[in-house]
Parts: sequence; structure tokens; C-alpha cells
Amino acid sequence: MAPGNQIAIRAEQVTRHYQMGDTLVRAADNVSLSIRAGEFVALLGSSGSGKSTMLNLMAGLDRPTSGAIFAHDRNLAEMSSEELAHHRSHTIGIVFQAFNLLPRMTLEENVELPLRLAEVDRGERTARVREAVERVRLGARLTHRPSELSGGEQQRAALARALVNRPTILLADEPTGNLDSATGDEIMLLLREINESMGMTIVMVTHERPRAERVAHRLILMGDGKIISDGASA
Amino acid sequence: MKARDLVELANRNLREAMLRNSLTTLGIAVGVASLVAMLSLGVGLQNLASERLSRTGLFDAIFVAPQTNLNGFGRPVRPANAPAEPPRPLDEDARHQIEALPEVVEVYPEIRFPTEIRFAGNPYPTVVAGLAPSARSDGAFDGMKGTYFSSPSADEAILQIDFARELSNQPDTLIGQEIVLRYAERQALPADTAGGNSGGGFSIVPREEKLRIVGIVETEPAAGMGGFGRGRLLIPLQVAETLRAAQATDLRDLLRDKPSQRTYESLTVRVKGASQVQGVEDALKQMGFTAFSLLDATRNLRLVFAVFDLLLGIFGSLALVVASLGIINTLVMAILERRREIGVLKALGAADRDVRRLFFVEAGAMGLLGGVFGVLMGWLIGRAINFGTNIYLTRQQLPSITIASVPWWMVAAAIAFSIGVSLAAGIYPASRAARLDPVEALRYE
Repeated sequence: MAPGNQIAIRAEQVTRHYQMGDTLVRAADNVSLSIRAGEFVALLGSSGSGKSTMLNLMAGLDRPTSGAIFAHDRNLAEMSSEELAHHRSHTIGIVFQAFNLLPRMTLEENVELPLRLAEVDRGERTARVREAVERVRLGARLTHRPSELSGGEQQRAALARALVNRPTILLADEPTGNLDSATGDEIMLLLREINESMGMTIVMVTHERPRAERVAHRLILMGDGKIISDGASA
Repeated sequence: MKARDLVELANRNLREAMLRNSLTTLGIAVGVASLVAMLSLGVGLQNLASERLSRTGLFDAIFVAPQTNLNGFGRPVRPANAPAEPPRPLDEDARHQIEALPEVVEVYPEIRFPTEIRFAGNPYPTVVAGLAPSARSDGAFDGMKGTYFSSPSADEAILQIDFARELSNQPDTLIGQEIVLRYAERQALPADTAGGNSGGGFSIVPREEKLRIVGIVETEPAAGMGGFGRGRLLIPLQVAETLRAAQATDLRDLLRDKPSQRTYESLTVRVKGASQVQGVEDALKQMGFTAFSLLDATRNLRLVFAVFDLLLGIFGSLALVVASLGIINTLVMAILERRREIGVLKALGAADRDVRRLFFVEAGAMGLLGGVFGVLMGWLIGRAINFGTNIYLTRQQLPSITIASVPWWMVAAAIAFSIGVSLAAGIYPASRAARLDPVEALRYE
């Protein structure tokens, strides 16, 4: 599905500074960008370039030091912590490099967790979990704990968890960072499939440019907290 | 997050660190057990004292007299400017009126008269007292030899032990034997035989009554205004009233308008419970009599026990305070261990209040479980105290008692207190967990 004209995420002169001892770290420095609904964007850059900081700001996990960041025209910088929690629950799905599945829960329970937090009716949950798990092709592993799944399966489970609340924006922070090459490709293709079939806006942080070029519509290269280049993938 | 989901997640978290959480819960249980054991001792002793005192009949009884009778006690008869009316006599009409009052269980006069009995051909001077039906529950009859009166109208007698010893060197052998009671009966005279006075009068006629000894009592029952030392030969009040024995106060009736109509020197009014005493006492005063009770003494007793319970509660709570430190420690440890998990929960949409509530529910669950087990342990400790005490009392040939008592209100209060303390202990850890920066928490390894 081709990206539409609506803006899903918009950053306006976003700055995020950290104080580390006597040093001021400019993790994001006057960043402005727009991401259209349905677009698959890869944020590239080396370690410390500010790409994960931008992802956290888009997720509402962090607040900018200055500037504004909009998700569907709502300024996250002005939201209360309750509103940000609602934003993370209903608008955003997040996938981490380390999967971050809760080890004592089964796959089914892990995927159900966002539904509990969003107070979705119990009667509806089972179907929603099934739907998400089937989408990532893990229907046969519902009762397995994370430790019983391979790395690729764990990341797919994390994807199912991110999708279960039917968010409009999926944020992925180095989703293939802990996976071997073949499994990493598999996850990338899955992300692409989700983007195309569901029209979901995806922002993926990665440092693997070749892989990103294969799946993303657009590549944004960051360095020292600034956007260095921004353009369509080859 | 909905309450059911919170409880399920908290339950899962508690089971995850089973040993540590169980030990923390055990700490709370020991604290609650200590509190319950202390309070059960306080309540048990209070109940024991109240029961013993109430069985004396002094605390649910009101003593009524005509207003003039108690002048000597320093009580004003009436306000100085009140019109001079004769005081209302405490006669049969008044007795019926008092009996009709709500909350009144029984009304009986103080019947006690000096007399003489004959046993084995010898005369023995003594004082006879009538015992109201309620006297049976008096603690004085607990260890009596023989039996209590077979009925309120039985021609039977119970002897006070010292008097029984006067009758026989082996008092136990007296039970079942007959004695003859010699007394002076008051008989009303027709009005014209009393010298033409309109009120009539009465004559005194010697009488005899056979009584069978059914029991011997060690202590004297203390009831009525007479209280201690009231009588050495006890007969049912109904029998005593039927005898119409002349009493010392009868001479006063001669001075009244209707000397043939008997009046009472005093009546004892027994009410359903100590809490009804004040209301009935006020009603009796409204009726024009002097009334007083030992309610103030009961109040002082309650005050003493309230302070006693408070002190026991404070000592018992110390263990619970220590246990609450255990809760804080456990939950703070849990935050450190579950830091990343808290970050994940927040990333998935958990609000600060969800995280706070989750920790609160965990603290509350430990408090609930600790409270339930603590109450059970405290109850068992109380039972052990009762058991041990009664073994000792039995060896001392004393009746069994309940020294530790765990009423339902204490069960509920102890569990509620345990949950309250646990929630209070959870405030700091829960707030700390809720304030965690999700970005920092997700970075935590």
C-alpha cells in the first residue's frame, strides 16, 4: 500500500539534551521531519547519532527539551503522562532489539498484555491475540514461554504484541540487532508485509543500511543528533 | 488497567518470587499474630472481669427506693422550692408499673428478716433472705454443694457454709434434711379493729414453715442493696414473699394512711443489660423514686480495660511495624529486579497509576494473606494460653475460664489493619516504581 498524504508524525525543531556530569549531550539537535501515514521510514546512523532518541520521542517514552513532536496532529510534548500512556497504548506499537518479552509469561500472555493495559474486554482478547499471532505465523507456539522460542520467534512474538492493539504507527528499534542474517531478513520482510497489507506507518531504527534499503520507502540518516540526509530508498 | 487484570498480574508477580514473598508474608503474619494474641488476652480478661462482675447482679441492676429513704445518702429529696408533696410510696402498684417498663427483666423486693430455725430439736437464730430467680446465674453458686432450688416456689433452703457448720460438724450431711423456720407473720387487720382509724393496721402472728435443705453455698450471693452479708439461710424469693414475714420496716407502715397495704423499703430492678441501665434509671426517677446503679463503676472498669487494650495493642503492633519494613524491603527489591519489566509495561501503554496500583495490590495481597494467617496464628496462641491456664486452674481445683478471646470484630480489624499497614508500607515502593523513567528502565540490564 503506497503512503498517503496524511502526516502521521511530525517533528518541529526537536531538541533533546542530556546532562551527563559536566557534559551536555545533544542527542537530538533541532530535528524537523514529517512522516506520512503508511510510510516505511528507516532511521539510520551510527551509535549515538540520535536515532533511538528520536524513536523514543515519537513513542512518547521521552519528552523533547524543546520543539514539538506531533503524532496525528497531537503534540506529544504537551501531553500529560496519562495521555502519553494512552498514546503508547492505542496509537503506537513498539518493537525492541532485545525483544523484551516477559520471561514468565507464555507467548499468548505476552501478546495479551497490551490488551490488558488498554482495558479491552476479555471476550474480545482471545480473537485479537489469535489474529496478531497468526499474522506473524506463530499460531502453534501460543503456550510457549520466551525461553522456549528462537530469537526470530521471539522477535515475531514481540511484533505480534506490538500489533495486537491495532496501532497506526509501528516503531522498531534495531529489530534485527540480535538476530542472525537469515532471521533478520525474515523479520524485515515481515515488517514490509505489515506495512503493505495493513498500511501501517513504520519507523525503524537500524544501522544496517543495505537491509533498510530493501524494505523502507525512505531513509533518514542521522549523525550527532541532526539529520544528515533524508530521501527515498534506492 | 481493570481490577481483575491488576490482581492477576500481581498474583503472577508474587508467585514469581515465591520464597521471598512468602517470608515477607510470614513476617506480617507473625506481626498480626502478636497483635491478635495481645488483644485477645486483653479482651478475654475484660470479658472475664465483666462476666464475673455482671454475674454478681450489681451491674445490670438498679436499686429503687422512695425518695425519703435515701435522704441519708446525701441525695436531695426534691428541689428546695418544690411544693411539699408526700413522697410516692413504693407499693404493689409501683412495682407493677416498674415491671411494665421496657428493658426490665424482673423487679423484686429485698426480703430479709431475722428469725430462728429449729434443727434436731435445737433453736438457731439466723437471718433469712429471699433469692430472686436471676440469682441462680450468680457466680456465688458455681461451686455450691447440692443443688439450686428445684423451682421458684419450692419449700427449699440453701445454707451459707458458716451457718451450716453451726448446725452440724459435717455440713455435707445436712443436704436433704428438714429444718423448721419460725417467723413472725404480718396479718392485716380490718379497719374497725384498729381502734377506729380509717387506715386499719396489722397484727404479728408466730408461724412455722418446714424447709428441705438442698444446697450449701461457700460465698454469700451479693445482690440488692443489702449486698454482702445479707443472709445465712436462703429461700426462693417467691416463698419468702408468701410467708409475709414481718420486717423491721413494717413499723413505718403503721404511720401511713393505709397501714394494712404493704410498702417496700426498696426494690431491685434488673434490666436486660448494662447498656439499658441508664434509660431505666431515668424512667424510675421520672416516676418519683430514687434510683441508683453501679453504672459508673462499670464505666471506670471499661476505661481501665480500654487503656489496658491500648497498651497491649501498641506492644503487639511493634512486630507489625517491623513486618512492614519487610514489605518495603521486598517491594524495593522487586523494583530493582523488575526495572526492565516496568519499562516494558510503560512502553506498552501502562500509565504511572497502573504501575503504582500493581505494587499496591501486591503489598495489599501480602497484607491480606499475612493478616489471615496472622489471625489464625494469634487465635491458636490464644487457645494455647487458655489451654495452659485451664490445666493450671484444674490442678488448683478452680473452675475453667476463657482468658484469651478472639471476637469476630478483632478478626476483621486485624486483617484490615494488616492490609492498611501493608498498603502504607507499599506507598514508597509503589511511587518509586511509578516514577521510573521508561527509557532508563528499558536500558537497564
